[in-house]
Amino acid sequence: MPRAHVYGDHVDTDVIIPARYLNTAAPAELARHCMEDIDAAFIDRVRPGDIVFAGENFGCGSSREHAPVALRASGVAAVVAASFARIFYRNALNVGLAILECPEAVGRVSPGDEVEVVPASGRIANLTTGESWIAKAFPAFIQGIIEQGGLVPYTQAKLATPDREAGHV
Amino acid sequence: MGMTQSQKILARHADLATVAAGDLIEARLDLVLANDITGPPAIEVFRQTGATRVFDPGRVLLTPSHFAPNKDIKSAEHCRLMRDFAAAETLEHYYELGEERAGIEHVIVPELGLAAPGDLIIGADSHTCTDGALAAFATGVGSTDLGCAMATGSTWFRVPDALAVELVGEPAPWITGKDVILELIRLIGVDGALYASLEFQGEGVAALSMTDRLTICNMGIEAGAKNAIMPADQVTLDWLRRHAPARHAASDFVIETADPDARYRRRVRIDLSRLEPVVAWPSLPANGRSISASAAENVAIDQVVIGSCTNGRYADLALAARLLRGRRVARGLRCLVIPGAQSVWNRLLADGLMQDFVAAGCIVSPPTCGPCLGGHMGVLAAGETCVSTTNRNFVGRMGHPESRVWLAGVPVAVASAVTGRLTGPVEAELDPAAFSELRAATSGAGLEGLMPAAKGVH
Ligand code: SF4
Repeated sequence: MPRAHVYGDHVDTDVIIPARYLNTAAPAELARHCMEDIDAAFIDRVRPGDIVFAGENFGCGSSREHAPVALRASGVAAVVAASFARIFYRNALNVGLAILECPEAVGRVSPGDEVEVVPASGRIANLTTGESWIAKAFPAFIQGIIEQGGLVPYTQAKLATPDREAGHV
Repeated sequence: MGMTQSQKILARHADLATVAAGDLIEARLDLVLANDITGPPAIEVFRQTGATRVFDPGRVLLTPSHFAPNKDIKSAEHCRLMRDFAAAETLEHYYELGEERAGIEHVIVPELGLAAPGDLIIGADSHTCTDGALAAFATGVGSTDLGCAMATGSTWFRVPDALAVELVGEPAPWITGKDVILELIRLIGVDGALYASLEFQGEGVAALSMTDRLTICNMGIEAGAKNAIMPADQVTLDWLRRHAPARHAASDFVIETADPDARYRRRVRIDLSRLEPVVAWPSLPANGRSISASAAENVAIDQVVIGSCTNGRYADLALAARLLRGRRVARGLRCLVIPGAQSVWNRLLADGLMQDFVAAGCIVSPPTCGPCLGGHMGVLAAGETCVSTTNRNFVGRMGHPESRVWLAGVPVAVASAVTGRLTGPVEAELDPAAFSELRAATSGAGLEGLMPAAKGVH
């Protein structure tokens, strides 16, 4: 059963993946140093499918896409936070890391709790305490990008219809 | 309902009469940029899109800056990948190390005249918000967003709401743009502007040089802002005349102003005349404290870094050189001076200011991001302390997770370098006349006109 890894507010991209390791973009190598500066034991503890819980402004700081890539490659299936820094939000969607915005869940999950998260429906459950929540839904356009499989397929479609390049989406 | 300055720029680039906060839009881009960390993954994404050419070789800027000159073999491979791509795509704005136009993206984009009022710019680097100093909408994205934008010349945005930051008063002695932005982040916090635009307004803006404005907008991201933007005024126009003469002459830019009834999430007022130099304590840019309170803590300093995309422009380093003239770096302390662009380095040499650094005992590095992100050229050991003019002091940002970084403007950095402690310019008896002279010289375009503008763009 997936377990929770719990952090506070303003977890920045420099602790998710320190810049000193950014001389590579290889996911497996990045994963080895994921969360190293905030939680050196994380990488030994994390199991495939685990969930990261955090407070406000998760992923603040640099624009490095290596941060969601490292989390995903380390086995993390989803991040649940009260709020996300905006570049991290875009990057997570683009690299296929599930993110759920749910301030209600913050503080109600302890490290090691058994949890269940269903990104498609937004359902978040703490199986240890029996509590559950529904995360904020994505706007339809963003849900569409997720369903198409990310920004690359979306862009491929856009390139096929070049006259459609500005306006509301 | 009225639109903010930022919303008007987005609306125009999306061919829409109006937009409102929360709208999702597709907008055309004037410039896209990336560096040696974010560029290689963006190039890979670009290839995955199936595009055969970048949308416009004059509007894609790639620059080796972070781990360049190559710090190791992996970095060398990244830089080569970018260099080869730039050559294959005949990118106009790829400059090799040593060329006068080379440097850190947020220093060279304004220098090359590649940002102008009303422009819409994205960069695969969070400090792309710097270019808002020129009254452009500029924001950071990740590599996938950038790779797709290189293919299409457009991207999607969620239209942000905004905070209005009203600046009033004439700056007090020793106050630079760095103090203004550290004070703002202290007031609103590292998520105080999350997803929002930071729109600077008020009569206090006129007193700020372009260097100050670039420093302020650079750190908008440190409050979580999507973009930071200044109004366009005479300082902006003077800058354009020098750095983008063709666009200036053709009035090829659009000055947008917020509608009188634009709605703001929050209004913040900063009186520049009442500021004292601010220092952000480890390990968040929001941990600002006045220099007098900070100095009282008697923090011994191992290293001082003067440079980066925040404070590595000519006016920053000219100020540092003048303040260091006739002084010595404290014994046992390392003072690294890192010009943000080759043009800055060259001009410091030509003007004789390099001699002030050398005589004071500083190490002058080639232009690079270097220690700012803990990459190379000045990484900290466990327990070491550093006063830095860079923009982030997160845990481990400049090296070992147990090293500590204090963010400050140039006067506090120089003062700390000569005393060996976290100190202000008054206590260190730095020359106030040098500061006033430099400030007078850098208002308007003054000292800041460095390079002829790039040819052929726009
Ligand atoms: S100087 Fe520092 S903040 Fe600026 S682009 Fe380089 S690494 Fe980023």
